[in-house]
Amino acid sequence: MSLPRPSSQQRTRPLQWALLFAIFACAAAQAATPAELLAGYSAAAGAPAVAARGQAFFTTTHGREWSCSACHGVTPVQAGRHAGTGKAIEALAPAANPKRFTDAATTEKWFRRNCNDVLGRECSAGEKADVLAWLQTLRR
Amino acid sequence: MNPNNKRRPLHRPRAALALALMLLAASASSWADGDGRRGQRVLPLPSYEKECGACHVAFPVGLLPAQSWQHLMANLPRHYGTDASLDTAMANAIGVWLTASAGSGKRASEAPTDDRLTRGSWFVREHREVNAATWKLPAVKSPSHCAACHRGAEQGNYSEHDIRIPR
Repeated sequence: MSLPRPSSQQRTRPLQWALLFAIFACAAAQAATPAELLAGYSAAAGAPAVAARGQAFFTTTHGREWSCSACHGVTPVQAGRHAGTGKAIEALAPAANPKRFTDAATTEKWFRRNCNDVLGRECSAGEKADVLAWLQTLRR
Repeated sequence: MNPNNKRRPLHRPRAALALALMLLAASASSWADGDGRRGQRVLPLPSYEKECGACHVAFPVGLLPAQSWQHLMANLPRHYGTDASLDTAMANAIGVWLTASAGSGKRASEAPTDDRLTRGSWFVREHREVNAATWKLPAVKSPSHCAACHRGAEQGNYSEHDIRIPR
């Protein structure tokens, strides 16, 4: 008498969940491009972004233990690693990862959290613009 | 045929059936976990996987009691030294699911210190053969880095047949 195996329905249920979530997510997402987001931050800052300033901002610490690079890498065209958990983090540069900076809410969520971790405060629109401008210059 | 054997042909099929049923019952809990999803008999909520699986693996919900999950969700901006805050609607949705799906059996019998599932008595017991030096390896860093050794952790597979401990 052979033991029953998990049904194919059990195996595909995660897929069904993922599809359902994807449909809802697409409906709810605020699709954007990195260029559009950069334009928005620059406009809010009232000044054009400076990529070199963004690189310096990204790669140095700001009075706390981590810089942005601590998790994302010095040149984030490759996967990084979370400095605390070790988990792999997908590349941040849009040229290396087309999903990056394509949703305004997601972008804002991560800026909010990570700037709080790195700086202990929100990043200004100018700082976000500088970082985004620099990230867009990176190539694989 | 020997009359003393009259009951034996009946006994054997019954014994075989009984044995099969016992084996089935014994393995039923691991059958449901046939792909190694111990402590994760509940399929993870997609938003939980996405939001709570970005910086670490989306830990199996059954590894903490509801009290721990609620405490964590109430303190997301101070999440073990980082800001893990979510917008209210998302936090509420995930929190409801966590509370409903939380562990209550042997794997989550009490709220561990700091609500760290890696300090729960079941977790510690399960990992008692991992020596202290292994946790400190650069490839591992911490007991919360499940995927360092559990190669199927991202898919919720913690089967002991899919473990490779880095050197």
